[in-house]
Amino acid sequence: MSSYYTSTDHFVLLPGLLLSFFGCALLLIDIFVLPEVRQKKWMLGFLMIAEGFAAAALYRQHVYSASLNYEPLQAFQGSLVIDGFSLLFNWMLLAATALVALISYRYLDIEGEHHGEYYSLLLLAQAGMFFLAAGTELVTVFVGLELMTVSFYVMVGFLRGDRRSNEAAMKYILLGAFSSGFLAYGFSLLYGLTGSTRLGPITDALSSRDPFDPLLCLALVTTGVGLLFKIAVVPFHMWAPDVYEGAPTAVTAFLSVASKAASFAFLMRLALGPFAASRAAWEPVLGGIAVLTLTVGNLAAITQTNVKRLLAYSSISHAGYALLGIIAGNSAGIQGTAVYLAVYTFMNLGAFLVVVALRRENIRGDEVDDMTGLMHSSPAYAVLMLVFLLSLAGIPPTAGFIAKYYIFLALIQTQHYALAVAAALYVAVALYYYFRLVRRMFTGELREAAPLASSMGLKLAMGTSALVTLGAGLFPEPLVRLAQNSLFR
Amino acid sequence: MQERLLSLILFAPLAAAVVLLLIPSSQRNAIRLWANLSSLGVFLLSLLLLPGFNRADGGFQFIERQPWIPSLGVSYYLGVDGISLLLLLLTTLTSFISVLCSWSAIEERVKQYYAMLLILECGMIGVFVALDFILFFVFWEVVLVPMYFLIGVWGGPRKLYAAIKFFLYTLAGSVLMLLGILTLYFQHYQQFGYYTFEIAELMKLSLPLAMERWVFWAFFIGFAIKVPMFPFHTWLPDAHTEAPTAGSVILAAVLLKMGTYGFIRFSLPLLPKASIDPVVIQVLVGLSLVAILYGGLVSLMQPDWKKLVAYSSVSHLGFCTLGIFSLNPNGIAGSIIQQINHGISTGMLFLIVGVAYERRHTREIRDYGGLAHVMPAFAFVFAFAMLSSAGLPLLNGFVGEFTILQGAFEANRLWAALAVPGVVIGAAYLLWLYQRVMLGQVTNAANLRLPDLNLREWAVFVPLMAWALAIGVYPKPYFEILEKPVAQLVQRVRPDYKLAAAPPAVLPAERSAAP
Repeated sequence: MSSYYTSTDHFVLLPGLLLSFFGCALLLIDIFVLPEVRQKKWMLGFLMIAEGFAAAALYRQHVYSASLNYEPLQAFQGSLVIDGFSLLFNWMLLAATALVALISYRYLDIEGEHHGEYYSLLLLAQAGMFFLAAGTELVTVFVGLELMTVSFYVMVGFLRGDRRSNEAAMKYILLGAFSSGFLAYGFSLLYGLTGSTRLGPITDALSSRDPFDPLLCLALVTTGVGLLFKIAVVPFHMWAPDVYEGAPTAVTAFLSVASKAASFAFLMRLALGPFAASRAAWEPVLGGIAVLTLTVGNLAAITQTNVKRLLAYSSISHAGYALLGIIAGNSAGIQGTAVYLAVYTFMNLGAFLVVVALRRENIRGDEVDDMTGLMHSSPAYAVLMLVFLLSLAGIPPTAGFIAKYYIFLALIQTQHYALAVAAALYVAVALYYYFRLVRRMFTGELREAAPLASSMGLKLAMGTSALVTLGAGLFPEPLVRLAQNSLFR
Repeated sequence: MQERLLSLILFAPLAAAVVLLLIPSSQRNAIRLWANLSSLGVFLLSLLLLPGFNRADGGFQFIERQPWIPSLGVSYYLGVDGISLLLLLLTTLTSFISVLCSWSAIEERVKQYYAMLLILECGMIGVFVALDFILFFVFWEVVLVPMYFLIGVWGGPRKLYAAIKFFLYTLAGSVLMLLGILTLYFQHYQQFGYYTFEIAELMKLSLPLAMERWVFWAFFIGFAIKVPMFPFHTWLPDAHTEAPTAGSVILAAVLLKMGTYGFIRFSLPLLPKASIDPVVIQVLVGLSLVAILYGGLVSLMQPDWKKLVAYSSVSHLGFCTLGIFSLNPNGIAGSIIQQINHGISTGMLFLIVGVAYERRHTREIRDYGGLAHVMPAFAFVFAFAMLSSAGLPLLNGFVGEFTILQGAFEANRLWAALAVPGVVIGAAYLLWLYQRVMLGQVTNAANLRLPDLNLREWAVFVPLMAWALAIGVYPKPYFEILEKPVAQLVQRVRPDYKLAAAPPAVLPAERSAAP
């Protein structure tokens, strides 16, 4: 191979390459292969095969990286990297995509919009996220981000006949494009300031700069706005409740975990890499944003009557918690944000899965009232939902507690006591609105007895989410190890 | 078996709950029978601790220790000393009693109900045997969920409000406590270079007073809400009143003790400098005295029988915290014995309300009157419970309150002087309650044909009455079990304190060997 594409480059790029390849292949199959062959179940099977290949590539990367003691393995002159951090996030994204694909199968049937390109969009979005998690070069990351976001624009509006879905897609495109513009502007400023688009040289060039240098501050603000929009923190959260409510529930689930986790991955690389030297300039602002996010997310969730909107506001508040790990910025903080997002992926997916199960023919099933009496009609779903909600609230012995544990510890280690107290007290507020759902499920009387839309895929996805949520709470050691290896250097 | 006994006791209720879930919901009596047998089994199992327990040893016994999350320094570390042993026995007995008293009271969702009770029992036992802070915290929080459901599903008219209020109050306190725990954990790492949550290890810490004080207040909020101490008590009347009888019994007998136990096990030994800080003591004793008097006065005015008993808990727990923060052996030992006593007598009082409620479905005191004529056995049991709660000599309440007052007197005479009216008020609201409910003529025709206690209800009361009498007549073994751990605790907090200055006055004086 030439020096432009070495075997190391290939090794590092492989998962992203495979995902893009299978994504495009799926699209072509959907167009050119005869309808009797391209049944939907084969499409789902094809996606699973793609995930299998991607998982194999990731596994080989993981084994190799472990043999290097998780030292970063650079590729393309420092544009892509394998380290514990990228591996953790890529595993997380892979799991999220596979679970979402499993639940989408039946869900799209019920919605009457089951098309092959959906699975291809899932794969392409995941490919984009791969570059966000593993990218260390601004242009690469920007392309990855756009690939992800554009796939989401289409998926959010996938229910062509549904006005809510269309409206959501429109809002998401307009605001998303706007924020991408900000991000591109920020990246160009960074390039202008430092003469490089790679994080390594940028870090070196910025480390000697005054943190309050106006140009640097402008770059900070514009980059920050772009990325904070993607993770939906206050005041850049306005789109989230509407988009979450309007999008097909399976897509909402995917959007709320995967898109957020991937954007967080790059935000962390940026904040704790190139921008670490200018911490004095952004730390107070980000601290204010985190508190504001916790406040708005938690308080607005209290009054919601729609479960998807409620979970949207709750996911805003979770972004606030994950942000606190970046603000602490020490090793417990980095591990904390990584663990938080990993745990959040499973518990939040789990909660959305129940909403997906509630969607039946003629019943939309996403209002809080629709949960009433779930304990009578389907006790298993009610109990699992309880587990997910307890985990979201951070009650031990669920994984959510381990996640919050790290965040609180990091804040205490770095002496952010006021933030720690605020974050801790919002746990009680969050519990209040999660238990509004619990109350409906367990104490309300059943009103209609239409059976839930349960399918093999849904059960499998739900079982996996519950297993991880409870398992990582009772025996957190493997997760803790994974997080310890994920510290990037 | 001895070395695994605590784990066995801890997880037996959980295993029983799993088996319970396998019984079909339609087999109600089989479910009830299984729940009763298994909780009785757990109680008998916990009695096995007694022969193996060495009273001369003030440290922890029946120790079990396994790594749980080694990377974070969290271990599965169990053990009991005299203090936790008594509370553990109280827990297992109360759990059995609560299961037994629910046989005919609960008709809906029977299976879920007993499963919740058994899970709750596991959580409560865990709180008292955990010697690792995270393990403790996990059990501390686990208790909340089944209790929420017990109140929220099987409770009275305002059950949902009471249930979420209980949950939120306790949770808000405990997350702040978690921050305190993490502070200690991190400080330990800074001083010793490794992470651990083991209580014994954390006790080696020496912190600056200012930081100790902050951590103390963080713990204080967690524990004070649970006790509950005066300004944090507002969840209690709601939760106790709305909960089903078994829930009220467990709340009063065990859950409140988790708070006082927290002060004794964690606040005092981990933060000795803050614990003898004059400001801290003044605030805590002040709040205890307010609770004693305020709780008693509010009880006097209650038209609701169950709410009256609930508020009396505020007053009684005020005595317990007063004893703890007298910071001398009599105060602390008296406080622990009073915690047991409160579990027994207030447990009985709630059971009595439950018996009446099951027959009449009202809690208003004015709906009753003259019940002694209709239900003589019930009248006897009620009189017994009332006198035990009011602190009549030869019953348990006297032993605890008297020793606490002795401790308070030793620390500061004014405290004792201010607390004594609490005893009087306590006698007043209980006697007045008894008079209004039991004595006089039957004024309400609905009360004329109430059946007296049946055999199962006798079985509920007899163990508690026997224990109350045993403590009242012969309290010596309890003081003996507590002597060593309490002495160590006082030594830890006040190294210059001269022990054995004054033995508890309720014990007969030791005669010297030769005249």
